[in-house]
Amino acid sequence: MGSTQLPPGTEETLAAATAKAAAPGEPVEMVQLLGPDGTLGSDPVFSDYAKRIDPEKLRVFYTDMAKIRRFDQEATALQRQGELALWVPLTGQEAAQIGSGHASQSQDYIFPTYREHGVALVRNVDLAELLKQFRGVSNGGWDPRENNFHLYTLVLAAQTLHAVGYAMGIQRDQKLASADSTDPKAAVIAYFGDGASSEGDVHESMVFAASYNAPVVFFCQNNHWAISVPTEVQTKVPLANRAKGYGFPGIRVDGNDVIAVHAVTEWALEHAREGRGPVLIEAYTYRVGAHTTADDPTKYRESAEEAAWREKDPLDRLEKYLRAEGLADEAFFDQVKADGDELAKYVRSTTHGLEVPDIRDAFASVYAEQHPLIAEELAWFEEYSAGFESDEEAAN
Amino acid sequence: MATMTIAKAINEGLRASLTNNPKSLLMGEDIGHLGGVYRVTDGLIKEFGDERVVDTPLAESGIVGTAIGLALRGYSPVCEIQFDGFVYPAFNQITTQLAKIHARSLGKLTVPVVIRIPYGGGIGSIEHHSESPEALFAHTAGLRIISPSNAHDAYWMIQKAIECQDPVIFFEPKRRYWLKGEVDVENAGLSEDPFKAHVVREGTDATIVAYGPLVPVALAAANAAVEDGRSIEVIDLRSISPLDFDTVEASVKKTGRLIVAHEAPTFGGIGGEIAARISERAFLHLEAPVIRVGGFHMPYPVAKVEEDYLPDIDKILEALDRSLSY
Ligand SMILES: Cc1ncc(C[n+]2csc(CCOP(=O)(O)OP(=O)(O)O)c2C)c(N)n1
Repeated sequence: MGSTQLPPGTEETLAAATAKAAAPGEPVEMVQLLGPDGTLGSDPVFSDYAKRIDPEKLRVFYTDMAKIRRFDQEATALQRQGELALWVPLTGQEAAQIGSGHASQSQDYIFPTYREHGVALVRNVDLAELLKQFRGVSNGGWDPRENNFHLYTLVLAAQTLHAVGYAMGIQRDQKLASADSTDPKAAVIAYFGDGASSEGDVHESMVFAASYNAPVVFFCQNNHWAISVPTEVQTKVPLANRAKGYGFPGIRVDGNDVIAVHAVTEWALEHAREGRGPVLIEAYTYRVGAHTTADDPTKYRESAEEAAWREKDPLDRLEKYLRAEGLADEAFFDQVKADGDELAKYVRSTTHGLEVPDIRDAFASVYAEQHPLIAEELAWFEEYSAGFESDEEAAN
Repeated sequence: MATMTIAKAINEGLRASLTNNPKSLLMGEDIGHLGGVYRVTDGLIKEFGDERVVDTPLAESGIVGTAIGLALRGYSPVCEIQFDGFVYPAFNQITTQLAKIHARSLGKLTVPVVIRIPYGGGIGSIEHHSESPEALFAHTAGLRIISPSNAHDAYWMIQKAIECQDPVIFFEPKRRYWLKGEVDVENAGLSEDPFKAHVVREGTDATIVAYGPLVPVALAAANAAVEDGRSIEVIDLRSISPLDFDTVEASVKKTGRLIVAHEAPTFGGIGGEIAARISERAFLHLEAPVIRVGGFHMPYPVAKVEEDYLPDIDKILEALDRSLSY
């Protein structure tokens, strides 16, 4: 459209409006308790939740963060050696995952995306089973019901809707339950990334969650990059602020502060379990390494950015705190390291031993009930395979 | 024996499932107080309340995606997609999630979700309200695709779909919603496989296979062919996936000729699959190539010309002539 068609002054107005829209979004407060220097601050709401974390629990947080980082290194190495088809590293996001995972209770159900190895660890998923998908021997790998930790989902954001539907099921269960039921109240956590937040399913899941007041906590790990595309291309406002538009609380938390993440998630889960509706948590963090082992971050981001985030490392700051407060000694850190190496060894040896399934198993689980096409194709395959065997016999 | 329309039969079938299975629930746009744009869920919200008959936000991916979550929690959700042409926003959830969860979990998880879709043309409607996307779903392993053509089947098939532990896409022939028929609510009269194809008219000269909205058209064509001294067998498939090739094959072995009719575009459609299979299975029994009668390779045309697009009695008779001329 030619500018001559515009009334005088319009162009300036448009330019100003555009500049405003492009300016950094609305301000957002970030909950932080444990700063990068390892000192504990306070928060009017969440300090009370942080106080529930005793020193033993803090040591568990540290142990788990260190373990999962070690696991991540091992899996990356396995991929480099051709043992895994792909790996999705989590280094930098340990606090977001270990803190939120530990805030959940066993009756809560978790819907991860594909990078939630730390949450899997907390939920007692055998990490060797978690590697099955990346080794190409399974499209899942573990029984989701055993630890209420769902299978990974590779289609971004699809699971956020499953989480809300599951939460709606929990609501219905409570209504159907007999009055003397002693089942603990449950909630659901849906994990997704800042990139996934652009998918329509996230929007629809938030609409449904709000409409039905579903007991679900949306846990967005804003690690600043969706492969090569920065968060600014996904959103003009801080992601936590989006919750306001749906009518439920949104909180940004320092995702590298395991104490704050735990406190905020515990609050949010209580909120959901008590029937007060959904919460969005934006864990503000950083994916320090590559998106996956197939990615090359040097092509799209400055190393200075990565270095700045390394200064905020979640493990370092908890270590500083534990040492300063005298909550852990050298022996503890040595033990953590030894445990990590042990885990790495276990994962390495079990990876080699992961069984390659028979394609007949795949026929068996396409449908829950009998399906003649499956039976027909399987019969054909058996006959076809048998042909090779009899050829071999004839040759011998 | 009660007489009712197909719409009413589905309504009664849903009522029976909601009564018998406390974990079943309906969800969709406008299905509550309005009773659905075709009134198929009419009155159910009054009887079962808004927790069992859920008016959802206007979001197809949301409907199917949350239904998956409910099913994972042990519920049996029945989703209504308002019109065929609006299922595409949910296509991702249906094909990448719903269809695959049982397989991905090696059978540990089941997602017994039913998706009801009013489909097909012939009602003089506007764009996106007359489509037949069944082949898109039939091509996806893990889904079952069924379509009733009469009231008795509609009543029982919807209940069987809800009982089924696999996801089922239930295509409702919308232009037949008001077709009346007898329904035996006491006795389903179904074989062990509730979705087996039915021979609805016996004959010896050729076989016509159809499903859903085209079954009455196929029957009318077969009756018209009597005037030319032809005896035509008609098969109502009832289920598109799995597809009962045995019944079709047995019929072709008797008649030697096969016509497949559906409203969906011929190219890449279910008819091609049937033709290929029957050629493999009964090649030596065929007196003529299998002939397909279907829609053209074009977006569903405007209502004023849909008569030219849809398979009708004449198009089927023309196909019969061609088949019989070999
Ligand atoms: C629907 C869909 N589109 C594209 C992809 C390919 N893809 C995989 S990961 C990714 C970026 C995701 O970024 P984000 O949601 O921020 O999560 P992160 O990987 O950073 O944790 C893309 C585009 C996909 N998996 N699913």
